[in-house]
Amino acid sequence: MTTIVTDNCKGCRYTDCVTVCPVACFHYDDEMLYIDPDVCIDCSACIPECPVQAIYEEDDLPEDKQEWIEINAERAPDLPVLEDKMDPLPGADDRKTALGF
Amino acid sequence: MSQLGTEAAPLRVAVVGAGPSGFYATEALLKSEIDVRVDLIERLPSPYGLVRSGVAPDHPKLKQSIEVYKKVAALEGFRFFGNVTVGRDVTPRELREAYHAVIYTCGAETDRRLGIDGEDLAGSHTATEFVGWYNGHPDYRDREFDFSHETAAIIGQGNVAADVARILSKSVDELKHTDISQHALDALAESRIKTIAVIGRRGPAQAKFTTKELREFLELENCQAVIAPEELALNEASQAELADKKEGVVVAKNMAVFEKMAEDTEHGKSRICRMMFCRSPVRIEGDGRIERVVLERNELSGEPFSQRASGTGETEVMECGLLFRSIGYRGVPIEGVPFHDSWGVFPNQDGRVTDGPDGAVVPGIYTAGWIKRGPSGIIGTNRACAVQTVESLKGDLSNLPSDHSGTDALVKVLQERGVCSIDFTEWQRIDAEEVSRGEPKGKPREKFTRREEMLQVLS
Repeated sequence: MTTIVTDNCKGCRYTDCVTVCPVACFHYDDEMLYIDPDVCIDCSACIPECPVQAIYEEDDLPEDKQEWIEINAERAPDLPVLEDKMDPLPGADDRKTALGF
Repeated sequence: MSQLGTEAAPLRVAVVGAGPSGFYATEALLKSEIDVRVDLIERLPSPYGLVRSGVAPDHPKLKQSIEVYKKVAALEGFRFFGNVTVGRDVTPRELREAYHAVIYTCGAETDRRLGIDGEDLAGSHTATEFVGWYNGHPDYRDREFDFSHETAAIIGQGNVAADVARILSKSVDELKHTDISQHALDALAESRIKTIAVIGRRGPAQAKFTTKELREFLELENCQAVIAPEELALNEASQAELADKKEGVVVAKNMAVFEKMAEDTEHGKSRICRMMFCRSPVRIEGDGRIERVVLERNELSGEPFSQRASGTGETEVMECGLLFRSIGYRGVPIEGVPFHDSWGVFPNQDGRVTDGPDGAVVPGIYTAGWIKRGPSGIIGTNRACAVQTVESLKGDLSNLPSDHSGTDALVKVLQERGVCSIDFTEWQRIDAEEVSRGEPKGKPREKFTRREEMLQVLS
């Protein structure tokens, strides 16, 4: 079991999730966030924080998003940790609207 | 006078309560740009609060947050004072005089009451007592629970109720390699409980369980989770809750699990855990100890997400020998700190303690975690909460009195009163001893369940 950030985060990167992460398991690049599955404790605190519902528990991950398990696991450890909220990416609100949230 | 928070005049802060909120407040201070010393004061010899004594023994992954707290404890400027009770060994006034700022993160240490007849009969307990008991909390070490009856009732449908139900549901084999305390494992091994009823005053769409906790009930070795299918009928407002694009996500996931529980499956398991909705206990009866609980059927009314349960007058009797109430925690006052009695919290504005709900800010006194905002949210929620409080504190730096000696004053008071405080290195020795006690049993640790045992390790 792990918790996974998926493509809805791409281009938004709201980072509300990181403020409630008890173990600082979020990492980031220019596009989005990733969760390090070796650090995450599966508390799920981050899931309801995401304005675009980009974060899933593994059990709830839709069939067409399964690839994100591996992407999170591979990308996260090489990227910097994010412990505090940052401004969303430019255009995040437009993207949020486009995603229907 | 130098500016507080600089090398010439480091900010001296006492944090009261070494649970998650205490550690997150400490972390936010020690990782900030200001020069600061933090003394983390804890009434038990052991740190980590509910991560150690609340999180269920069969949820070891959640306890890995302790690794973060260990890193906080290793930061420069940190000092731990375990085995020190504020209000007894040192007063809030003395702390306020010793430190530039005091942050109370002492949690919500008691349970809300049902307020019904028979609540205090033998066999009617709080979830806190049971959770503390199986987790080896010294305050609850000597509680006794009678598992000789066939039915146990749990009032409440949040994650604490789920933990209580799951520990009662599991076999000894499922628990023996966790850090559950040996005295609890021994007592549970003799349990004759066959039915665990988990009773909520509102419907399945309003149950506060997280889905992950609920799903665990589908995986139990010896216990089948069941629901009478008619209990899952939703009124119009509840259907609207289910359909809500944001809040409905969890409702829908929970309903899917409940529907699995309602399937009539042949299970052959020795126990059942029955989820029951729209019922409130109206009295607990028995001759000297609990024999039955009388439940009243409720109906829901009101707008989606603010539906209230009200009694219909229709009652039913459930025979049971054990009852746990798990309807929410409540903060406990500390004499000398403002307390809001009906909310059970320290009244505050963004973490600045105020003299009553609309009162003036009390300079230098702050709060975070459950004692600040009430007992809601999970471990990580307290990080955001503590960060907000520390932001408030940092904003007040120029207004704080600047002539306090901090640690030295506390150490002096404790010495004068003969209080034997424990520092973090000493705790680490106790910790290592617990781990090695657990090893031969295949457990991650065997906790010390009495203060004296912990102190003995150091002598």
